Amino acid sequence: MARDPAIDTSPVVNDEVKYTTCYMCACRCGIKVHLKDGLVRYIEGNRNHPVNKGVICGKGSSGIMQHYSPARLRKPLKRVGPRGENAFVEIEWEEALSLATGWLKTIRETDPKKLAFFTGRDQSQSLTGWWATQFGTPNFAAHGGFCSVNMAAAGLYTIGGSFWEFGEPDWERSKYLMLFGVAEDHDSNPIKTGLGKMKGRGAKVVSVNPIRTGYSAVADEWLGIRPGTDGLFVMALIHELLHADKVDLDYLVRYTNAPWLVVQNPGGADHGLFARDASGAPLAWDVKKGEPVDARLPEIAPAVVGEFTLPDGRKAVPSFQILADRYMAGDYAPDAVADRCGIPADTIRRIARELAEVAFEQEITLDVEWTDWAGRKHDKITGRPVAMHAMRGISAHSNGFHTCRAIHVLQVLLGSVEVPGGFRFKPPFPKPIPPGIKPAGKTYAPNTPLGGAPLGFPTGPEDLVLEADGTPIRIDKAYSWEAPLSSHGLMHMVITNAHNADPYPVDVLFMYMANMSWNSTMNTKGVMEMLTAKDEKTGEYKIPKIIYSDAYQSEMVAYADLILPDTTYLERWDCISLLDRPICEADGPADAIRQPVVEPDRDVRSFQSVMLDLGARLGLPGMTNADGTPKYPGGYADYIVNHERTPGIGPLAGWRGENGDQHGRGAVNKNQLQAYIDHQAFWHHSLAPNQKFYKFANKDYLDFAVQMGFVGHADQIVIQLYSETMQKFKLAAQGHGDVQPPDHLRARVEASFDPLPVWYVPFEESMVDTETYPVHALTQRPMIMYHSWGSQNAWLRQILGRNKLYVSTSKARELGVVDDDWVKVTSHNGEIKVQVKTMEGLNHDTVWTWNAIGKRSGAWNLDADVPEAKKGFLLNHLISELLPRDAQGKRITNSDPITGQAAWFDLRVRIEKCAPGAEVTEPQFPTIPRLVGLEPAPTVNDYGASFHAKARDERSPA
Amino acid sequence: MHPAYSVIFFTTASGAGYGLLILAAIFAVSGLMPAATWLGFVTTGLALGLIAGGLLSSTFHLGHPERAWRALTQWRSSWLSREGVLAVLTFVPAGLFAIGWVFLGTTTGLLGWMAALAAVLALATVISASMIYASLITIRQWNNGIVPVAYVVLGLMSGALLLEAVTRLFGVHARHFDVVALALLAAGWVVKLAYWHSVDNGRSKTTLASATGLGRFGSVRLLEQPHTEENFLMQEMGYVVARKHAQRLRAIAQLTLFVVPLAATIAALFVASGLAMVLALVAVASLAVGLLTERWLVFAAAKHHCNGYYGR
Amino acid sequence: MTSLPSHPPAKRLGLAIDLDTCVGCHACATNCKEWNTGAISAPLTDVNAYQAEQRGVWFNRVYTYEVGGEGPDARTVHFPKNCLHCETPACVTVCPTGASYKRSEDGIVLVDHDKCIGCKLCSWACSYGNREYDEHVGVMKKCTLCVDKIYNKNLPEEDRVPACVAACPAKARHFGDFNDPNSTVSKLTRERGGYDLAPETGYQPTSKYLPPRVGKRGPAAPAPAPAPALAGAGRFLKWVDRVLTR
Ligand SMILES: Nc1nc2c(c(=O)[nH]1)N[C@H]1C(S)=C(S)[C@@H](COP(=O)(O)OP(=O)(O)OC[C@H]3O[C@@H](n4cnc5c(=O)[nH]c(N)nc54)[C@H](O)[C@@H]3O)O[C@H]1N2
Ligand SMILES: Nc1nc2c(c(=O)[nH]1)N[C@H]1C(S)=C(S)[C@@H](COP(=O)(O)OP(=O)(O)OC[C@H]3O[C@@H](n4cnc5c(=O)[nH]c(N)nc54)[C@H](O)[C@@H]3O)O[C@H]1N2
Ligand code: SF4
Ligand code: SF4
Ligand code: SF4
Ligand code: SF4
Ligand code: SF4
Ligand SMILES: [Mo]
Repeated sequence: MARDPAIDTSPVVNDEVKYTTCYMCACRCGIKVHLKDGLVRYIEGNRNHPVNKGVICGKGSSGIMQHYSPARLRKPLKRVGPRGENAFVEIEWEEALSLATGWLKTIRETDPKKLAFFTGRDQSQSLTGWWATQFGTPNFAAHGGFCSVNMAAAGLYTIGGSFWEFGEPDWERSKYLMLFGVAEDHDSNPIKTGLGKMKGRGAKVVSVNPIRTGYSAVADEWLGIRPGTDGLFVMALIHELLHADKVDLDYLVRYTNAPWLVVQNPGGADHGLFARDASGAPLAWDVKKGEPVDARLPEIAPAVVGEFTLPDGRKAVPSFQILADRYMAGDYAPDAVADRCGIPADTIRRIARELAEVAFEQEITLDVEWTDWAGRKHDKITGRPVAMHAMRGISAHSNGFHTCRAIHVLQVLLGSVEVPGGFRFKPPFPKPIPPGIKPAGKTYAPNTPLGGAPLGFPTGPEDLVLEADGTPIRIDKAYSWEAPLSSHGLMHMVITNAHNADPYPVDVLFMYMANMSWNSTMNTKGVMEMLTAKDEKTGEYKIPKIIYSDAYQSEMVAYADLILPDTTYLERWDCISLLDRPICEADGPADAIRQPVVEPDRDVRSFQSVMLDLGARLGLPGMTNADGTPKYPGGYADYIVNHERTPGIGPLAGWRGENGDQHGRGAVNKNQLQAYIDHQAFWHHSLAPNQKFYKFANKDYLDFAVQMGFVGHADQIVIQLYSETMQKFKLAAQGHGDVQPPDHLRARVEASFDPLPVWYVPFEESMVDTETYPVHALTQRPMIMYHSWGSQNAWLRQILGRNKLYVSTSKARELGVVDDDWVKVTSHNGEIKVQVKTMEGLNHDTVWTWNAIGKRSGAWNLDADVPEAKKGFLLNHLISELLPRDAQGKRITNSDPITGQAAWFDLRVRIEKCAPGAEVTEPQFPTIPRLVGLEPAPTVNDYGASFHAKARDERSPA
Repeated sequence: MHPAYSVIFFTTASGAGYGLLILAAIFAVSGLMPAATWLGFVTTGLALGLIAGGLLSSTFHLGHPERAWRALTQWRSSWLSREGVLAVLTFVPAGLFAIGWVFLGTTTGLLGWMAALAAVLALATVISASMIYASLITIRQWNNGIVPVAYVVLGLMSGALLLEAVTRLFGVHARHFDVVALALLAAGWVVKLAYWHSVDNGRSKTTLASATGLGRFGSVRLLEQPHTEENFLMQEMGYVVARKHAQRLRAIAQLTLFVVPLAATIAALFVASGLAMVLALVAVASLAVGLLTERWLVFAAAKHHCNGYYGR
Repeated sequence: MTSLPSHPPAKRLGLAIDLDTCVGCHACATNCKEWNTGAISAPLTDVNAYQAEQRGVWFNRVYTYEVGGEGPDARTVHFPKNCLHCETPACVTVCPTGASYKRSEDGIVLVDHDKCIGCKLCSWACSYGNREYDEHVGVMKKCTLCVDKIYNKNLPEEDRVPACVAACPAKARHFGDFNDPNSTVSKLTRERGGYDLAPETGYQPTSKYLPPRVGKRGPAAPAPAPAPALAGAGRFLKWVDRVLTR
């Protein structure tokens, strides 16, 4: 028999391996980059990294094609033609930086808030936010405001952390997982790995989602809920559990404000606030002593129900009673909500029973001794192995803040937060509730840094960022009565407000990493018009100057006046900092760096280094030495090592101290970056077994957190089921206090600010005629695309190069449409023409499509007629950033009324079959010409051929 | 299946060439055709030309035609290789047979044995060629016992019509050519009808349910294909002609393959030799159109069962 | 050599793919592409990379099916597919050049790109649509089971697994020797009822698929426990006398 051909099964894979952090999405996994002949040969997951533990996703695996994209910007650009037409000239960095400095200097010297600095998918917000503070503008935020701020805020105002990257299900131990509205999430790889583990263990996964794809497809049970109704569903579960007495009262009295007494004085300015003693301590009713006591003391025996008379004669009840009273009412019975949710009442009852069964009959105990906040030792840790996770299916609705809080209340009633098998915080969370930073910006002045960070957490109307006359100070109207707890700003309102000069016009709009003229914006067509709108009197653009930093030729580039071209993620220094959106896991804090693994072959600079340079040119205090020289001449790498936020605390927590032997807190270590490189580009600290659970009440953990600078003191963090902050805003709306909402918002604030979760019909649904617009329209993130970035990727765009509108087979029958038919989809804001795909796993009243697949013709250095442009589409044309006119004729932001979170998924539409016509999606816009300096993209991509040829040459002589 | 023109031309031309070769060998050896030089030259030249042209054209669809010789190595397992080997082998006796006829004016004796060998090898080549398709269990329309028969019969039928034309051209026409041609036309028609009947009533054993193993849960329906645009597999295997279109093409194929040649051949029996010659040429022309149509349909109407994965 | 190995290979390497946990993320597909575009099959050419009609060579493609109609047992199943390294595959035997072969030591089915004439016949013979013609290079390519990774002495031992297996975030892909009854793939196949795709072709795929588990939907709830229909404060009676300590 003939022998098999001899093949080389051990070719040399690399000349060098470098470790860094992926940025094909915000999950920020550790990667191992194999380099060969100066090119990237292979990118794989780093098996030691705490986030991805060796795995890597579809995007991360396509990093080579992202890095070598033909759409990469090559040099700074100055606009020469009309805005929007992509006519630029290449300029030198010096010219670009002096231009920017000139524009910004004038603003800083006159009215710093005329700079609106918004930074999109920023992972260096601790730098950019600090830069804004130093500049003195309150107008700073990143993308969080349109992303999931209501989810973040709901968690931070309730449990001290949140689903949104700040916590995770206990993947190792949980026996029952409920996912609410999660398609992909930031924790991209950990969720997939976690689901794999849970399924392997035979745990049950329930996905609540109108659409059955992705995670919902592998779930053991899929509940195809009607969009926007999760709050009702969750409250019905709470109803069932309360009636069945399946709540963890021990947990509630120990870790939550359930026993805290709430003043009952209807109409009074103190109604609904906590009863406090003279020192301000909240009170509980000790049933043994028969008197009010400091509710935070250990060993008290607090009542959870009953009405009590306070020493001053006022009546008060434990907050738990108010909670139980509300949710035990018939309004929240499964039968009362089933039709609105589209989930049968029997199913709701069964899920409630399953939750109770797993939480209370299948409890798990770990034989680990731990010490509580009061110093008491416990010999075991009890876990209620029910975990929950939620994301934008909850947050992208205008009732999302409350829905998210309702889920937290459900988790807390089950005693499943921060316990084995439940939902766990990732340090630096939990934080005090809410974190003790107030938004700065109430005062601002020329040439003066702000008093603090622009973003923070108000605890009452007095913390709002308003002028004396009540007008919003911020351009996005964050921390105004339209969005009082908008802890991440409202990026989606910036362009509209600046265009409308409401509350005022800006001089420079400075953006980074945000495709605001396309998929990242609501009302895309309208926003494109606003970006090019001119003042009729002066002939000037209404937004006079736009500076933008991108790495690629996105749709937004065409709308800027000055382009600062960034590096790719494989070309720069970065830090994934605990001061920012960290990458920690529940078992311990972690941070990481990105190091340049390949040199840029273009005239590009890292945005962060450019910001530090600009800061020094502007003479911003933190970035300039006393003698006027730049403080961080070595750019971002210099800053990462040498910047200290407070003494001993800097961007990176690992290997601090002069000898690099301190972690968390410590002096600057000149060799810190090398230490990271030596440790595969990340730092991770494992908590001791006795620190890992009950972090909000765990002495050993809290002491550690103080030492690390995560929290200011080691006091117990008491879960706020009942939110006094919310009640304070409600009281203001009811006419109490100095700072009150304007009349047109009074009723809305009164209704939406409630100390306990409420449910209301999403705003758009309540304002449009639901018979005219009978269908919900959603988007989902595809696992293989990160927003708009993926379409320039030769591999990823093969997987998803066009998108269709998914319609349920039952709805399609009603509409008389079949696969590939063209339909017109209309909302109160506009109309699009798209192609249909029918599917079975879809809520009957819902249609959806993949997010950000549609591209503008000519963008991303793709051919003009690519399917992304001619068959793909954005739903964003239909979504409005403003609600329809209200009774007073006003249009206010289409956002969650509490946090200003953009209500992307409240969209209601009508669908009609199109007459035969051109098979092209609508609207279409003029093709963007190729940017100056960019080569036409090649047609054949045979990346890798050179490795092969070389390997063959090396082999052939033998 | 994607109807590649080079392959269509290859199978039809070489089929006709082999058919002609076989019939000419039989007639020549049995003395039913004169051993005249020019007749021999045109007959064997046409046969070998069609065979060679077809083989040459088949290399056009190769990614690496310069390596085509490698295709002769795997005759132990591969029908394509066998076909190649047999085709090459056939040239030897066929060439000698041609040389004998054209240059030596003889088609008997040793050269007669060569002719017989050429005919046998040619038959084997056609069968091998048909087996390339017929052995593919992945394509129900090909994996059918009638396929080799059809290849052989259509090849011989083409050869017979060519022979009609050639013999009429050289004025050596005789009744037995008509008998054979008419018999083969009838046989071809029957075989083709039987084939269509068979494929129309067959069902693929492999369904999306079995190919995914998901049939256990009930119906299986494609939601997302791996890539939104057409890939190699979809282009190569996913070509499926619409049913209505296929019916029309079948009618055209029957008309041009069988009806017109039959009518022309029969009509030629009753007319003067000049007109008969024209009619014989009409039959050949019609045959060419018919063969190309039929062979195009053989590809375009064939469905690789991996299409199921793509919901096709 | 086109003829199949005369003796059963000593090892039968392949994958066990878990349809119960595959979330359809395409990581296996793109990581495969990334590894292989620089490995022995390099390049995995893309045509019209930045134009319309983009297409390219992929050794692994992920499909999504809806099964079970619209009823309550309906489900969505992600279905990744790459060469199954069949025991008796016609893709090998039809090859006229000997370019296609099945290795006698481990059963991996490969193409020798230096011999391949690009006749595409093997792609017609593959029952599963798992052969990939590189129209730019003019040869047939396919999943190599990462033969230059799983045996690569230049890589750390634990990285010597196929790229798609290493990447898979949901751990839905398992690699091993089906001849070894104690290998993970053999065990999973036994325990989970691993099955062959299209067994009727007789190609005897080596790689197996683990079926989706039947969901854990509970039975319909019985009538709710007779909760006392108490209104107002009466509802809380059960909690009034509870003595809880903080
Ligand atoms: N691959 C990839 N990963 C990403 C991103 C990406 O673009 N690509 N983007 C990142 C960003 S910025 C974000 S914010 C996260 C977002 O992560 P996800 O929250 O997972 O994002 P979406 O895809 O918007 O998913 C929303 C899900 O909610 C469902 N849904 C919609 N309305 C409702 C409802 O009313 N109730 C319920 N229960 N479900 C509902 C939708 O069907 C969808 O499945 O992902 C991050 N990760
Ligand atoms: N219909 C609908 N619209 C949505 C959503 C939805 O669910 N549905 N989701 C919304 C949400 S949650 C979000 S977060 C937004 C996301 O929106 P964005 O955060 O704006 O995401 P992208 O569109 O990818 O834009 C990011 C820009 O950053 C650029 N970029 C990429 N890498 C780099 C780099 O290294 N440096 C620099 N300087 N630039 C880089 C890209 O080229 C791109 O232009 O979309 C929102 N839009
Ligand atoms: S999940 Fe995000 S960060 Fe992690 S590998 Fe994928 S793209 Fe990279
Ligand atoms: S394409 Fe190549 S590997 Fe396939 S059968 Fe032809 S020669 Fe063999
Ligand atoms: S899956 Fe296809 S290519 Fe792979 S061995 Fe089997 S028949 Fe051959
Ligand atoms: S085994 Fe290797 S070649 Fe085959 S699909 Fe997986 S990664 Fe691709
Ligand atoms: S990587 Fe894993 S989970 Fe993702 S598609 Fe492939 S097999 Fe499925
Ligand atoms: Mo987001």
